[in-house]
Amino acid sequence: MEVQDQESVGRWDRLGSRDPSSRADAIENICQEVMRKVETIGPIPPVAPLSLASGSPPGNDLNDILAHVLMLSRRCPFEDVRERCSQLLRNIQDLGIRIPRPLGNGPSRFIPEKEILQISKVDSRTQSIFEDAFAALGRLDNISLVMGFHPQYLESFLRTQHYLLQMDGPLPLHYRHYIGIMAAARHQCSYLVNLHVNDFLQVGGDPKWLNGLFEAPQKLQQLGELNKILAHRPWLLTKEHIEGLLKAEEHSWSLAELIHAVVLLTHYHSLASFTFGCGITPEIHCDGGHTFRPPSLSQYCVCDIANGNGHANHHDDLLGNQDMCGEVEVLMERMKQLQECRDDEEASQEEMATRFEREKTESMLVVTSEDEESAPPRDISRHFEDPSYGYKDFSRRGEQVPTFRAQDYSWEDHGFSLVNRLYPDVGQMLDEKFHMVYNLTYNTMATHKDVDTSMLRRAIWNYIHCMFGIRYDDYDYGEINQLLDRSFKIYIKTIVCSPEKTTKRMYESFWRQFQHSEKVHVNLLLMEARMQAELLYALRAITRYMT
Amino acid sequence: MEKMSRVTTALGSNAISGRTMFCHLDAPANAISVCRDATQVVVAGRNIFKIYALEEEQFVEKLNLRVGRKPSLNFSCADVMWHQMEENLLATAATNGAVVTWNLGKPSRNKQDQLFTEHKRTVNKVCFHPTEVYMLLSGSQDGFMKCFDLRKKESVSTFSGQSESVRDVQFSMKDYFTFAASFENGNVQLWDIRRPDRYERMFTAHTGPVFCCDWHPDDRGWLATGGRDKMVKVWDMTTNRAKEIYCVQTIASVARVKWRPERKFHLATCSMMVDHNIYVWDIRRPFIPFATFEEHKDVTTGIVWRHQHDPHFLLSGSKDSTLYQHMFKDATRPVDKANPEGLCFGLLGDLAFAAKESLITSDANRKPYPGGDRRYPMFFFKKPDPTEQFAHVSSALSVFETDLDSHRMDWFVKTAQLYLLSGKPFAELCDHNAKVAQELKRPQVSTTWTMLRIMFSDPANLATPGPNHNLGKLGTLPLMNSFSLKELGSGMGAESRLERSKGESRQDNIHLEPGNSYISNNEENEETEGSEGHPEYMFGDAELDDDDLYSMEHDNQTEEQEYTLPQEAFQLRHEIVDNPSAPEHLQQDKADSPHVSGNEAEVTCLTPIESFSLISISQPLFSPHLPASFFCPIVREMLSYYAEQGDVQMAVSVLIVLGDRIRKEIDDLTQEHWYMSYIDLLQRFELWNVSNEVIKLSTCSAITCLNQTSTTLHINCSNCKRPMSNKGWICDRYEHCGTVSLRCMC
Repeated sequence: MEVQDQESVGRWDRLGSRDPSSRADAIENICQEVMRKVETIGPIPPVAPLSLASGSPPGNDLNDILAHVLMLSRRCPFEDVRERCSQLLRNIQDLGIRIPRPLGNGPSRFIPEKEILQISKVDSRTQSIFEDAFAALGRLDNISLVMGFHPQYLESFLRTQHYLLQMDGPLPLHYRHYIGIMAAARHQCSYLVNLHVNDFLQVGGDPKWLNGLFEAPQKLQQLGELNKILAHRPWLLTKEHIEGLLKAEEHSWSLAELIHAVVLLTHYHSLASFTFGCGITPEIHCDGGHTFRPPSLSQYCVCDIANGNGHANHHDDLLGNQDMCGEVEVLMERMKQLQECRDDEEASQEEMATRFEREKTESMLVVTSEDEESAPPRDISRHFEDPSYGYKDFSRRGEQVPTFRAQDYSWEDHGFSLVNRLYPDVGQMLDEKFHMVYNLTYNTMATHKDVDTSMLRRAIWNYIHCMFGIRYDDYDYGEINQLLDRSFKIYIKTIVCSPEKTTKRMYESFWRQFQHSEKVHVNLLLMEARMQAELLYALRAITRYMT
Repeated sequence: MEKMSRVTTALGSNAISGRTMFCHLDAPANAISVCRDATQVVVAGRNIFKIYALEEEQFVEKLNLRVGRKPSLNFSCADVMWHQMEENLLATAATNGAVVTWNLGKPSRNKQDQLFTEHKRTVNKVCFHPTEVYMLLSGSQDGFMKCFDLRKKESVSTFSGQSESVRDVQFSMKDYFTFAASFENGNVQLWDIRRPDRYERMFTAHTGPVFCCDWHPDDRGWLATGGRDKMVKVWDMTTNRAKEIYCVQTIASVARVKWRPERKFHLATCSMMVDHNIYVWDIRRPFIPFATFEEHKDVTTGIVWRHQHDPHFLLSGSKDSTLYQHMFKDATRPVDKANPEGLCFGLLGDLAFAAKESLITSDANRKPYPGGDRRYPMFFFKKPDPTEQFAHVSSALSVFETDLDSHRMDWFVKTAQLYLLSGKPFAELCDHNAKVAQELKRPQVSTTWTMLRIMFSDPANLATPGPNHNLGKLGTLPLMNSFSLKELGSGMGAESRLERSKGESRQDNIHLEPGNSYISNNEENEETEGSEGHPEYMFGDAELDDDDLYSMEHDNQTEEQEYTLPQEAFQLRHEIVDNPSAPEHLQQDKADSPHVSGNEAEVTCLTPIESFSLISISQPLFSPHLPASFFCPIVREMLSYYAEQGDVQMAVSVLIVLGDRIRKEIDDLTQEHWYMSYIDLLQRFELWNVSNEVIKLSTCSAITCLNQTSTTLHINCSNCKRPMSNKGWICDRYEHCGTVSLRCMC
């Protein structure tokens, strides 16, 4: 069994080579192997057992391979591999073997597949980043594909993630993936959980742990509390929590390990936000990404049709454009006004403070969604305890939380030094990533060119930090009210605080005239701002513990 | 020290006196500043803005500038500066972007004078011109520096840092028109105050933000900068390109840097994270701080020398809400604690020793050690510098060579390579290792291994396979057990001190010798597969029995690790096989050579019959249920003995082979210590494979994680030798495939 596993891992690895001939070799091997397997199994009887319907039944080796081939035929950045894989599938189908087909359309439920996939064809830089990612992981995940809209950022993101998961670090590899699973499970993000369950098993993790946190080592169980607080109410984190983790006799964490864990947790909390915010669909080769059942009419769900591949969509866009004509112009006008009238209306300090409080309070009142409160699916909720614990609005319920002054504990001055001290290089990478996303701009807004969007970006960033109680002394929170309309605020609040409740409708109802790439840009801002906010609280608690 | 007090008095009329003292503030401080005559200090922070008078014995609060019912953010100060010409004038930089000036001469309670709200972001720094009364400079997060004329309501000029945040601005002490600005992206710019359109000069000083800079008070060309990259650099700005002339590496990001008055090469630094101390460095001696002040309990946020011509008083404010006056004479001097002697062992036992000249010269004329046949004295001189407060140390370095034969470490290398630590049943490991030691002429070690095997092989299980069945091949097994009894008998009564067992064990050793070679021969055959040598043995059969035998034993001991570890990663060396596959009698000869066995020649004639009779004698004494743990205290003592003798190799090897049998007897720290020492030795001998195996087999978590770090493989292009960092196997430069032939080794 072990031999087989290794063999199968090696099998896919060589496909990532940049040398076309070695790719050709690899694919040839795979073809032969698949054919051999097919021959030994023989044609499957035309009436397939029902159990084949969704996903691949356990133990069915061939189906797993076929699913992987299917994924390659769609997602591999190398044209030749894509072609050969499609051909292989066709050949097999001709032999009377049931082949899988992808469920859903494209990497995102919100963004048309065409638009995402043509990026790499246009931009050679993106293409090369994709190839790198493919070479490193043997897959090109949907998150990367969607982030491909912003290649500069994607590069930084992938480098950081790769370092966190694969390179030197205090935590063993399977711990890292398990922590990723824990973090993603807090938001019931099945996409990330599935992805990392696979990785976790591949690096030799104990499958028993996946039954639930209680099966994992005591040390990881203790992280549960931190995970919970960080994900939903990071401002409650105190140095006592840190102390509890660091001084737990034999199960205690070292400072370096803790930093690593904290970075991973925050990374995956915020990545879950991005996943939901962009409607990322399951990977083709993972459960729920493909099916062996032949297409039938009932299989098309409405959202698939409305997803941009159908014709209805164009119509919709047109209508939307007419309805909301001028939205962008209004926004630009406001930005211009704010820029100009700055000095005229000098608000008193008290006024400034109340503006922050008002924005903070209001952000609490933004209702994320009708409380449909669907219970999380069993298999995901088992990775964390206390599923009822969620984001709590801290102004309501009489909970008084002191405002976090950004000037007293900032990433640049304090957080960075702490991370870099205990987990070298990662501080640098995070720093670059934050810097990158904060300054990312194409000076465009929808169809308008040469626009200075810094004010808008700052408003979004600060609004998210405001939701976490982080206040910048030098920011006028009145600007947020001017620049971010209600539907946008609802979207932000949902993505950041309870991403699992995001709907396609929310995604569509804000900034209707903007391009998908701009909406993805917004999602990047949300993700990184959230990550920084969580990190700041965690690092401050650690600093307080240390002094 | 005496010298210092002399200088103090030399200051003459406005001599300052005082002592190390502190006072509690109500809130954390962000910055402090003193007035020119050094009698008052202002402390500013988010929630504090006060002036204290510096008196002989204490700080006395003079004035609270934070007035009003609900103080606005204009009071929330990131920085403060007291004018050095005009004693009533102060300026603060507010976190909300305001620049505020304060006039202490105002009769009203609120001393606020001017308010400039031109910056859009936090102002990080304000700086008065050293000689011009009305000129104030500010640097802000929004990327702009502004120059204010305090007689006007608005700034007179704005300098753009191209949207990079400004962290510090400092007017030059000597050049009237020049100021330096440091930036978040690591750059430093020089500006002429008359030319707001572009900077005069720019250079990259640090990676990451440059938090602070300071002009040398006397030397007009010198600028010190401190950055998040934990470095303090001194730049010579007189040349065309800014030249880094000194660099001090600290242990945390550098938040403030201040030149020490009257001391050309000294500067003080503090950090904004993790490290709470204030250091005074002599930039020519960058490795160890000249002086340290360790009073603060949280990070130090502001430091300032009390008087611009007095190097003996340093004031500091901190996040721990205290304000300190440090006397220089009370500072800790890390140099005093540093050991000026250095001692280092070479790999092969050579010894290098560096010490103060004075210590060495006294005995320079005699040959100190008979073993050291050569000495290499080297002297390091420094030019004496009258301003310097160092003792002039010149050190002599002596190297003593060992004579080559007596201290050769060959045995260590050989042993490390040949020992088997896992992958075989316990008894075989012991026998093998005993044999290795024997061949290296280390009888005591060899005997120890044999004894271990006897002590910990479970006799109860040995009995089970049936009486005659392994007599052919493993006939010596029961034999050894009989010895264990004998040994036990004597060991039990007396306190079985190691020396004692040493003496006795020699005897045992000889008895066991035939058996040892016997077994090891079997091993050889197993490994060579061919089994040419001994056709008479039924290997298939015998091996099976063997395995049965030991797996049982193994179950009892729950010693999983030895067996489950995959072998392929560390292919054990084949010397075992390749070594002179001496015929049996030859090895016996060797074993029986007088060198090893000493005078007890007669034991060679010990016959099987005799040994069988031994069994029968000892049988009654034998209690088959005597637990192996009975020996643990002895073994523990033995291990400590070896470790103390310097043979940590033995200690670790036994520890690994015995595994769970002994592990709990020895505390983790000791174990870790042994492992570390052994691994260190192995690595110095470049025995990477062995050291890695030891790391892998160790059970201390601190050790096992050693080989999980730094597992990165850096690849350079085989054509152009450039690192191929980000593009997989493709070289950036040529877009060619960087590797000619490379196979994945995983």
